[in-house]
Amino acid sequence: MAVRRLAAEQPESFEFTENNLSWANKLIDRYPAGRQASAVIPLLWRAQEQNDGWVSEPAIRYIANLLDMPKIRVLEVATFYTMFQLQPVGKKAHIQVCGTTPCQLRGSEDLIKICKSRIAKHMHEISEDGMFSWEEVECLGACVNAPMVQIFKDTYEDLTEDSFNALIDDIAAGKEVTPGPQNGRRFAMAEGGQTNLTEIEDGTVGEMPRAHLVDGAEKASHDFAGAAINAGGNDYDGVPTPAEDAVAKVRSEFAAKAEKKTEAPAPAPKKDEKPAAIKEDQKPVDTKKSDDSATVAVEKEPEILTGPRDGKPDDLKKLKGVGPKLEETLNKLGFYHFDQVASWGPEQVAWVDSRLKFKGRIERDGWIEQAKILASGEDTEFSKRVDAGEVASSKSED
Amino acid sequence: MLKDQDRIFTNIYGLHDWGLDGAKKRGQWDNTKALLDKGRDWIVQEMKDSGLRGRGGAGFPTGLKWSFMPKESDGRPAYLVVNADESEPGTCKDREILRHDPHTLVEGCLVAGYAMGAIAAYIYVRGEFIRERERLQAAIDQAYDAGLIGKNNKNGYDFDIYVHHGAGAYICGEETALLESMEGKKGQPRLKPPFPANVGLYGCPTTVNNVESIAVAPTILRRGAAWFSALGRPNNTGTKLFCVSGHVNQPATFEEELGVPFSEMIDKHCGGIRGGWDNLLAVIPGGSSVPCCTSEQIKDAPMDFDTLRGMGSGLGTAAVIVMDKSTDIIKAIARKAAVSARRAGKVPAGCGVSWSAWSRASPLMRKSTCCSR
Repeated sequence: MAVRRLAAEQPESFEFTENNLSWANKLIDRYPAGRQASAVIPLLWRAQEQNDGWVSEPAIRYIANLLDMPKIRVLEVATFYTMFQLQPVGKKAHIQVCGTTPCQLRGSEDLIKICKSRIAKHMHEISEDGMFSWEEVECLGACVNAPMVQIFKDTYEDLTEDSFNALIDDIAAGKEVTPGPQNGRRFAMAEGGQTNLTEIEDGTVGEMPRAHLVDGAEKASHDFAGAAINAGGNDYDGVPTPAEDAVAKVRSEFAAKAEKKTEAPAPAPKKDEKPAAIKEDQKPVDTKKSDDSATVAVEKEPEILTGPRDGKPDDLKKLKGVGPKLEETLNKLGFYHFDQVASWGPEQVAWVDSRLKFKGRIERDGWIEQAKILASGEDTEFSKRVDAGEVASSKSED
Repeated sequence: MLKDQDRIFTNIYGLHDWGLDGAKKRGQWDNTKALLDKGRDWIVQEMKDSGLRGRGGAGFPTGLKWSFMPKESDGRPAYLVVNADESEPGTCKDREILRHDPHTLVEGCLVAGYAMGAIAAYIYVRGEFIRERERLQAAIDQAYDAGLIGKNNKNGYDFDIYVHHGAGAYICGEETALLESMEGKKGQPRLKPPFPANVGLYGCPTTVNNVESIAVAPTILRRGAAWFSALGRPNNTGTKLFCVSGHVNQPATFEEELGVPFSEMIDKHCGGIRGGWDNLLAVIPGGSSVPCCTSEQIKDAPMDFDTLRGMGSGLGTAAVIVMDKSTDIIKAIARKAAVSARRAGKVPAGCGVSWSAWSRASPLMRKSTCCSR
């Protein structure tokens, strides 16, 4: 396992283009509230595409902020997953050659020799003209079309030394190339002709890959699979239903059921005594509504201060889950002290939650319980670590 | 030999439209509501009766796996996670489903999700399959637009399907590592128990299934467990996508009946062994994680789970890697060991394959004269 480090030279900054940012915000909706960290791989990937094919250190910080994740977690992801290029790649193409057994059996070593002689002696080095780089990768999942290479989004399969040389020549010369098998065969069908599925006739005709220009990762990021595998489609355009909706529905249905169960023995005597209770029973729809609202919880404004008492705010970063950014937000909302947080009921939590960027974290990280302990002057395990300076995310930013 | 009418994946070569129109013409999305109307229990029972064994490598009965999901929610939602992290060397079958026949999978997600009481499916596509996940997303978008999935859909069960992807980590094919990765962490396997059916994605009940296992479900339910179980051999029923790579004259992916004899399959679909049958040295019959077989062992063997296991190997993902006598077998095996070492090396505990085990295995293999067990 090669050591994967960030490049020595890094750009000043990174931020998503407007399009990519709105795409990213829609993508986060694929995951339930408080689970936005799930989006880290897709976002890093888009950042790599935008940044000409590699992930920079500012991009890692930018995405950590966007997803409200500790930076070290995003760095871990970027260094763990080998598709993230941590150093610049060739301007026109970064060629990934599959070297695993099925490709090796059919000549991938010859392709690697070509890369070494034509591009650069070592993997991840950029060619003298700056246009190409290459690396050997593990199985790319196109084994019946071996040997093969992947360049950005597309694969070029069934290669020979000649067709691989021609592919590099064409890309270098700015000529169009066609992804897929380079020996004229159709996808994973046997080269000699169809051995099965000859009787399937549905009156439709599938398209073959289209010829296109290979000119860097950024350009490649704008073409999407559509009618043809490498062209004619749209970028992901958001989900009709955010993931949180269905989760909230399950929770409220369960809460409604649980409430009914606990109430179940009660209604019988009530019926005789209180006509109001009967009315409620007869209107199950209304009951459900009130149940829903109970679990969603009405928002109520908690106690808010215009400034810290005696000008001495508590260090809210001692709460697990609160970093400098979130502390700033909480201060802006009017919270400076542990006892304020400790006093929140469900309604107040809902109020605060709806004003935070990512929902559900108050409950998930157990702020209230922590705040109660801290307000009483005692320490939590986490606050001890903060005091000892062991928690980087809880240090004030310079 | 399997007839076209018994093939489930009818567009793996992309000869026809991959989209909703083509899929419907080929029989997919045909009154899916009627299947759901028969109820969760019926679907699970039918899947059990069909004898379908998981197509991701382990061969665990799919219907049984579905039945592990809680019958009633305890307040937590349940999820279906589809493992499209196809990275076992030699395996390239899910790729053809994702890019040429994606609606089999989309419909399968709805049916399977309903059977296990899931609210949504996340399909984890390996990072390298970029076009494949774009195609899949396009198919899902079509299904949403046509009101086949999503809120208040025509099939009567609210269900969402989201595409997720990795970024190059072989280990994420292991189901708990995949869940870790989905939660935005490094893909390192979790210790079991708890099993995903109790504590899976986001701490919720989760079933992780291979693409092929899910994609065959609607056809099995439509045509009946009896149809499926009549194909193949006892305890090894149905059809399977095979991908044959290496030293055959025409490497290809195709669907065949389980239990098809190796030689018949190679002659019919792959144009025979390069240099003739006498030139065959060894075969890895199920992706690079299974031990390889000698030519004498494999030639007449029926390709199914139990036979190959009996030979000390395995069907795995039915990724058949053929090696002729020109092969430096030690090099080939060392290469596949290197994959596992490189890829799994980061994994400290909980995974069956550790770096140290592989590094020990590799020199041993170099000493042995033959790779058969």
